[in-house]
Amino acid sequence: MNQVLLHRYAVLWSFCTLFLVVAGGLVTSNDAGLSVPDWPLSYGKLMPPMEGNIFYEHGHRMVATTVGLLTIGMVVWLMCAERRRWLKNLGWISLLAVIAQGVLGGMTVIFLLPKPVSIGHACLAQLFFSTTVAIALFTSGGWQRGRQFVDDSGAPPLHWLALAAAACVFLQLALGAAARHQAIGILPHVIGALLATGMVLWVTVRVLMRHAGHDALRRSALAVLFITILQVFLGIAAYMSRVATAEAPQPMPVMVGFTVAHVAVGALTLASSVVLAIQIFRHVRRPLAELQTEGVAVPSA
Amino acid sequence: MNSIFVSVLAASALFVAGCGGSKAPETAKEESAAPAATAPPIDEANAATITGKVAFTGDKPTMRAIDMSANPICARAHAGSPQHSEEVVVNGNGTLKNVFVWIKTGVPDRQWPVPSTPVEIAQKGCTYGPHVIGVMAGQDIKIVNDDPTNHNIHPMPKVNQEWNESQPPNGDPKLKKFAREEVMIPVKCNVHPWMRAYIGVVNHPFFAITGDDGTFTIKGLPPGKYTIEAWHEKYGTQDVDITVGAKESKTQDFDSAQMKTS
Repeated sequence: MNQVLLHRYAVLWSFCTLFLVVAGGLVTSNDAGLSVPDWPLSYGKLMPPMEGNIFYEHGHRMVATTVGLLTIGMVVWLMCAERRRWLKNLGWISLLAVIAQGVLGGMTVIFLLPKPVSIGHACLAQLFFSTTVAIALFTSGGWQRGRQFVDDSGAPPLHWLALAAAACVFLQLALGAAARHQAIGILPHVIGALLATGMVLWVTVRVLMRHAGHDALRRSALAVLFITILQVFLGIAAYMSRVATAEAPQPMPVMVGFTVAHVAVGALTLASSVVLAIQIFRHVRRPLAELQTEGVAVPSA
Repeated sequence: MNSIFVSVLAASALFVAGCGGSKAPETAKEESAAPAATAPPIDEANAATITGKVAFTGDKPTMRAIDMSANPICARAHAGSPQHSEEVVVNGNGTLKNVFVWIKTGVPDRQWPVPSTPVEIAQKGCTYGPHVIGVMAGQDIKIVNDDPTNHNIHPMPKVNQEWNESQPPNGDPKLKKFAREEVMIPVKCNVHPWMRAYIGVVNHPFFAITGDDGTFTIKGLPPGKYTIEAWHEKYGTQDVDITVGAKESKTQDFDSAQMKTS
């Protein structure tokens, strides 16, 4: 029962974190990052008037505070109820990440949006969300039921392919953040989209072709595939809406909507590719003969 | 296996947290510009004048109405008559408003007296007025909030020190100055992202801004050879070389079609 509640809490935590990513995206898209010039207070208060863009910036801070408290709650819960040491450690890492994220957020305000800090803030948000999703997975009933091994042979190994796909997605998110904060142009992000989409297609098609009968692998692969395709279309829509409203005197809702959706689904793309990689590492075995050929030490049975 | 993933996530998180280094404020830019050597008195009797206008050529763009519904106080200030963007304001006589015209090169290198009167920029109806101002380096800018709502003032210079400060409803005026020449410094309010103004900061008093008739006048100029520049926020700049003699009055017109964006 406790495990079920812990998992539900982790899912709630993940949803709140995704909402935080959306809130952060709204801040950037509405150009609200410096609408509250002070930090950690807002206009010297805990609760400033929520007018104009202050609504987005202070709202982001409020959601961030909530997620911070939820993270503390998660760590306490893991320390009290969880037996797996590595999962407790992951909880602590998530707490460190959310603290670092808060400090980076404060630095963006105090130092007037320095690009490396703003990009770091955006990237860490994505990693933190993936961590919350991973913890939700590790606390799930499906995870508790144990492994259902399947064999996968051939080069490149599926494990490395899954890791490479997740890494490409993260790199693509970093390029997107850099473009969004005007550190680079849009071209690297477009090229990155081709690379990341190609890697995702490679790993998901291979999983679906070879292991469609494995529930966890099939579901994870389909999720990554669907989310990535959605993300590509949102990226095109976000770019087109930005071009179409470039002459507008203020951020227009159509641009804000598509761009924030692109940011949020980007977070889901990374999280789902991380989950797929985790599932592949958990359930997929490589044949002993293949490992021995590569010189990997294989313990005797 | 699981520990591999824990390590990967941890390393990634720490890497990203570590790579977002801070940028220290560029305090060096806060220094006052070094005064030039003491120069002989200005010979006002022989001073020249340049006048002119900035013509607008092409199809008159339609400026979009600003949606101020994000802040009802701002929206109420323009009830029944929505505010339009001031990015391009074409006057009734076919001239361009809000063009900053200044002597870019050729002005004698001396310490020109800085006016003690501040130049005022007001936040009223959630817009800046005027949209473009010019000041001398070191001259005070008086920033006023006439609105019953919060604003933040955020100049984004490249040469001078950037800053961002809030100003409460009907709060006390702020006095600010910029130490170095910079044409132009964009100013925005992040609370109301449609609010935008521009400040031209120059080392001498030879500048003007076109108004409702699109004309400008630069007086008191020592005889000499100069480059005069017209700057507009959308159309860019146009530079013209001009020579003026003692007591001479010259006309130099500009045209938006001749301006180039950098």
